[in-house]
Amino acid sequence: MSSIISFEGVHFTYPEDELESLCGIDLEIEEGSFVAVLGHNGSGKSTLAKHMNAILVPSSGRVLINGLNTADESQLIGIRRCVGMVFQNPDNQIVANVVEDDVAFAPENLGVPTEEIRRRVDQALRQVGMYEYRLHAPHLLSGGQKQRVAIAGVIAMEPRIIVLDEPTAMLDPQGRQEVISTVSRLCRENGMTVVLITHHMDECVGADRLVVMSNGRIVADGSPAKVFSQVELMHSEGLDVPETTRLIYELNQEGFRLPMDALALDACADALADALK
Amino acid sequence: MLKDITLGQFFPGDTLVHRLDPRTKLIAVVLYIVALFQAGGVVGYMLLILAAAACMAVSHISPKSIFKGLKPMIFIIILTGALNIFYTTGTPVLPGWIITWEGIIRAVKMILRIVLLITGTFLLTYTTSPMALTDGLELLMNPLKKIKVPVHEMTIMMSMALRFIPTLIEETDKIMSAQKARGADFETGGLIKRARALLPILVPLFVSAFRRADELAVAMESRCYHGGQGRTRMKQLRFAGIDYGALLASAAFLAGVIVLKKFGL
Repeated sequence: MSSIISFEGVHFTYPEDELESLCGIDLEIEEGSFVAVLGHNGSGKSTLAKHMNAILVPSSGRVLINGLNTADESQLIGIRRCVGMVFQNPDNQIVANVVEDDVAFAPENLGVPTEEIRRRVDQALRQVGMYEYRLHAPHLLSGGQKQRVAIAGVIAMEPRIIVLDEPTAMLDPQGRQEVISTVSRLCRENGMTVVLITHHMDECVGADRLVVMSNGRIVADGSPAKVFSQVELMHSEGLDVPETTRLIYELNQEGFRLPMDALALDACADALADALK
Repeated sequence: MLKDITLGQFFPGDTLVHRLDPRTKLIAVVLYIVALFQAGGVVGYMLLILAAAACMAVSHISPKSIFKGLKPMIFIIILTGALNIFYTTGTPVLPGWIITWEGIIRAVKMILRIVLLITGTFLLTYTTSPMALTDGLELLMNPLKKIKVPVHEMTIMMSMALRFIPTLIEETDKIMSAQKARGADFETGGLIKRARALLPILVPLFVSAFRRADELAVAMESRCYHGGQGRTRMKQLRFAGIDYGALLASAAFLAGVIVLKKFGL
């Protein structure tokens, strides 16, 4: 598979800041993959996300989206219809008083014909499981439902990539679950490339690849099982590891020899059962 | 108390009035308002009241909800009535009084005008979704684009404002609760003291509204918003038979009121 997003030596400094927010990022993301970007506050992970649809452009280096350079203003619409962006606060990204009108916003902006908009809106709402709410007012929905409407609003644009910038930060556990299962389904069933920015490590477990950021640099990159097995590194970056990994890590400290890549709950249980035999 | 704001309120339904094209309703309301200011005599006013009542009946909008909307205007209505009663010259009701028969008639007419004006516009907003209303407005004002009036920008601002009314009301409630929890007092004291107490609510509300606006702008741009050029619509407005009928009826109504005025009725 070819890479659809590529960062080449990207540096970025906010105008009002002296410190660099991104210091030399090189990153290739393959089409159809589910990539989670993990980092604590101020690690530069949101800045990274904003580079993916040209909300921010690099101070030096370049970002290519599907071969298009984000610094090229004439390609802006092309880049943005390719990369859908979902933000933290669902209230501030919903533009209409009725769910289906909001979902129609992006295709309307793109000048899609009327019947085609209708089809896309219905399809997008079905994909996120909000079709029966299409005539509701968004402000009366729960946080998780609002965020799913926001996701539908983005996929109605039919992008190839969907970037979610801490989509669950303002949601309750149930809402978080709804959103994460919706995006992983979009990736698995529709072949969409998903980039999920988060600081909840348990949301990264289902990803194909996990990128850990700290102080504007990528400090770890690989499959979630591989990255989380580097427990000392994660701790030194002020990040925790999932409970399954911690359990195995602590048992291994006590002399057990369990596989560190048993990340999923049932894999961990199997590993423990094997050890107890 | 904030829940009582009726601005931009919409009662969904499936009546004849609800199904009319928003443009038809907008034009009909304008014609109705013109008729309101043309009406001269008792018959004319009776017709106007009858028309409003008929629309209310057809659209299943209860008089109660209209009265609820009228409440905030009660002060203006009373003031207008009082001014007309006391400042119209003519034959006094009783010798030596400043209240004149002419004054009373004028006051009644003015009050009726204001009440019917508000009723007409409420019938429009109660039966038309804000989105349809702004769409209709944009299409009606389209010719103004020729003289460089930013019609699309104006209507999108209006629809965003309507979209954020409930969000900002919710936020105001939250801020008020937070301030109350820290001992703020909004209920006692005179007008000035109460107005002052609102200041600690307005400041955070404005700050957060600006932050929201910022985020909203980024989110809209991310969804390829680039002005009104080349935009299409999911819900296209179309004039149907009932629209032509309604427009014809409104025009005939206005003509009728004007003719009645000529005969002094």
